[in-house]
Amino acid sequence: MKPTAPLLVAIGGSAGAYELVVAILENLPTYFDAAIVIVLHRNSKYETRIESSLSDRFGREIRAIRDKMPILTNEIYFAPPGYHTLVEPDFIFSLDVSDPVQYSRPSIDVFFESVADVYQDRCVALLLSGANKDGANGFRALIRHGASCYVQQPGEALISTMPQAGLDVHSKVVPWNHQEIINFFRNNLKTETHEND
Amino acid sequence: MAQLKKITEISFEQLQEIVVVLKNVSDYDLSGYTRSSLKRRVERILNLEQMDIVDLKNALINTEGFKQYFVEEVTVNVTAMFRDPAFFNKLATDIIPYLQTFPRLKAWCAGCSTGEEVYSIAILLQENKLYERTFIYGTDVNSKVLEIARRGIYPLSKLKEYTDNFNTYNSKESLSTYYTAGYDGAIINHDVRQNILFSTHNLATDHVFNEFHLILCRNVLIYFDMELQERVINLFYESLALFGFLCLGTKETILRQPVLDNFKVIDKELNIYQKIR
Repeated sequence: MKPTAPLLVAIGGSAGAYELVVAILENLPTYFDAAIVIVLHRNSKYETRIESSLSDRFGREIRAIRDKMPILTNEIYFAPPGYHTLVEPDFIFSLDVSDPVQYSRPSIDVFFESVADVYQDRCVALLLSGANKDGANGFRALIRHGASCYVQQPGEALISTMPQAGLDVHSKVVPWNHQEIINFFRNNLKTETHEND
Repeated sequence: MAQLKKITEISFEQLQEIVVVLKNVSDYDLSGYTRSSLKRRVERILNLEQMDIVDLKNALINTEGFKQYFVEEVTVNVTAMFRDPAFFNKLATDIIPYLQTFPRLKAWCAGCSTGEEVYSIAILLQENKLYERTFIYGTDVNSKVLEIARRGIYPLSKLKEYTDNFNTYNSKESLSTYYTAGYDGAIINHDVRQNILFSTHNLATDHVFNEFHLILCRNVLIYFDMELQERVINLFYESLALFGFLCLGTKETILRQPVLDNFKVIDKELNIYQKIR
């Protein structure tokens, strides 16, 4: 089996975030030594096929998280609609259908808070466009545990409420423009020793 | 519901201390519960009650009735009628024809919470003229939610979502055939309620109590770690009649369990299995 991820890159977004998520995935190197986990607000009533259509497009498996799935390096995961996604101390995902937080399930806050507990400073979190403040409380927990937090520059976001709320949490939260976001994913996740699966 | 400001956080070690205290003073054993989810629920109680971890331990040991309250609050009780309409479609098209071949039917809804799924199954069976020869057991560890289940009264505000689900599953009938609305609530009609028994059962510690042709346990195993999941899957296996069906939540994964060799996968996405040996 593939090794567990030494770094977790957590991306949260809502309205207006999808295009940028696709651009991020487009610019990823073939191999990266991290697990990338994307939590988008989406309606559970309509079974979307984000994962399978992106898998086809990028020619690599993009996984819809299922309960107790291991968190592995060089993998991309999406949180399923209708559930909160959490991470467990033994580096597996767990799902939860407790009440929505910030009217959202999945909630970015719930995910970020549990990532903070488990990955602590081995986490990079990024908050993208969105119309509510989900994710800001999660940033508080992440900052407390030493994780690096970034937001899409609010001026560039289609809807700035979510990244602005994230930016307002702490002076350690850094705004990134489009190019800085792309550069991070293109260049900073590569490893010196190239491994094959 | 407005989110309360998070004031108390506990560590996984402190969570373990709480689990041990509860186990020592009661029959409740939460040691097989998924850690992060349980931790979040315990923190929620601490914030609601304005307690710290010392207060919580003290209350668990010394305050009459607090253990019960704690277990009620720490378990997740979110459910809906006809949740995942695609699942009910599949039941109607693929499973019902098979169930029709049994002369008597017993169904078990394990972890039924406030009962919505039990009534959904009763309605589905009634539509397919199977309900008269069926008996359904709805069980949960939480006796408070079972009282709501027994009453069978749900707020009208929720009925809209349930009706949407029902219409997605089956647009020929109307969900309102099965309930009577009054004031701001809807009560499930007597003919739907008649062949149902709600009772407490703890999946983490209790054993087989009957034999069933259909077991539903959807979005309960997500709260259990893999060891406890294995116990529960074995319990279901032992509780199922040969060729009986087991239905789990759509995002649950149990494919690594050895006992699954005794099941045929009916639908991998919807997590429906049939006991074949």
